[in-house]
Amino acid sequence: MKRRTRQRLYRVVMYAIFVALVAWAIISTDWARFAKQFLDPAVAVKLFPDIITTALVNTLWFTLVGFVGGAVLGILFAMMKMSSILPYRWFATAWIELFRGLPALLTIFAVAFMLPIGLGIKIPGGPAASGLVGLILVSSAYMAEVIRAGIQAVPKGQIEASRSLGMSPMKTMFWVTLPQGFRIIIPPLTNEFVLLLKDTSLVFIAGSTLMTRELTTFARDLANQNANGTPLVMAALLYLVVTIPLTRLAAWLERRMARER
Amino acid sequence: MSTDLIDIHAPAIEVRRLVKSFGDNEVLKGIDLTVQAGEVVCVIGPSGSGKSTLLRSVNLLEEPTGGNIFVEGIDITDPDIDIDRVRTRIGMVFQSFNLFPHMNVLDNLTMAQRRVLKRSKAEAEKVAHAMLGRVGLSEKADAYPGHLSGGQQQRVAIARALCMNPDMMLFDEPTSALDPELVGEVLQVMRSLADEGMTMLVVTHEMGFAREVASRAIFMDGGVIVEEGDPNDVLVNPQNPRTQDFLARVL
Repeated sequence: MKRRTRQRLYRVVMYAIFVALVAWAIISTDWARFAKQFLDPAVAVKLFPDIITTALVNTLWFTLVGFVGGAVLGILFAMMKMSSILPYRWFATAWIELFRGLPALLTIFAVAFMLPIGLGIKIPGGPAASGLVGLILVSSAYMAEVIRAGIQAVPKGQIEASRSLGMSPMKTMFWVTLPQGFRIIIPPLTNEFVLLLKDTSLVFIAGSTLMTRELTTFARDLANQNANGTPLVMAALLYLVVTIPLTRLAAWLERRMARER
Repeated sequence: MSTDLIDIHAPAIEVRRLVKSFGDNEVLKGIDLTVQAGEVVCVIGPSGSGKSTLLRSVNLLEEPTGGNIFVEGIDITDPDIDIDRVRTRIGMVFQSFNLFPHMNVLDNLTMAQRRVLKRSKAEAEKVAHAMLGRVGLSEKADAYPGHLSGGQQQRVAIARALCMNPDMMLFDEPTSALDPELVGEVLQVMRSLADEGMTMLVVTHEMGFAREVASRAIFMDGGVIVEEGDPNDVLVNPQNPRTQDFLARVL
């Protein structure tokens, strides 16, 4: 047998196995039971409008607060980590290693319970606020590393050119380094946003009320109340409705900015 | 601030006993150099001779290890000096152009005018268009640097420096990164600048340019100035054996 023929035969066999497996999965599934458990219209209708007006809105709010708060702290810690002053570098390094190394769930738990019980520090604004502070701590550690990498990826010649025109270090950072660094970090920043969106499902560990439930907690509660999985499937769909357009947008932005270069 | 006290009778650039080390490596071993206003001085020499480091020291992109550098009479090695203000009077052109890739040509030319010299948008753009015309690229104001040829990018970089109305220009091997057929257009712009009386300190490998345009040529090797004088003497009839050896290898 020739090598070409052998390769073609191999590919046909692989396709055949794949199609057979998919067909077997479709045939052997009890679709009526699946639909009743996970795609029940009667249960789905009961989710509205709260799944949008409370749960999705809370998820988006938590993500936004975590992202903006994390970005502000992240810029600060990125600058500190690149500072020539040694204690700043130590502090930033310790901060980043700590909150990047701990599970987000544990960090949120620590802010919500260890701080008030152990140190008497209570975050005002209820359990959701404590959860959000924890989320900001986690995202600040990741963002600091992303931002630092972006700033350091800007070629040294860019900074020299700016300085040679009389631009101060601050002006150079603002007009030359950060705009270029930002273009470099769009992909990892999108990644961070999506991770954060999913991590909002951990805020509940700080405690939640009817008004502060986000998608996952809301869906879990309603799945339990109805003894039916449909709320979880609906929540899953809503996560994808947010994340997929977002990653598409980031990809488009990346292409557009690449054209400018 | 002391930077206001410009001595118009002082040389444009005066370098005294300049020493620069990178760790244990002493790159400049006591350089003395004076450039008068209106002079065009070309610095030649083998790679590693310290000529780029010397040039970059003149606007303090390299911090000297020892010695003094005076720009129009102001000692820029004095830590109290406002170096940003001094730098506005020194245009610099780099081997790798270093245009800002996230801005179009016009924004490249107006950014420092507006952020440093505080010119209005309209005024900055007027100056930018005038300088673009001077380097023959009026039609490229809206282009992004990535869409220009190397020669065009370097001419834009020259225009960007000129927009600050500098008293002198530093060129750090401005044609070394260019394809051979693009070298001429950049040298042409530099030649016209020299003809208009711009003070220029040029690190270059273009011997022809140095011979025709320079008022003085300097040969550096091993961190010292080995020979200097009229370019037709230094480049055609060098007296020092190291100069002779270098020219024999490049020509």
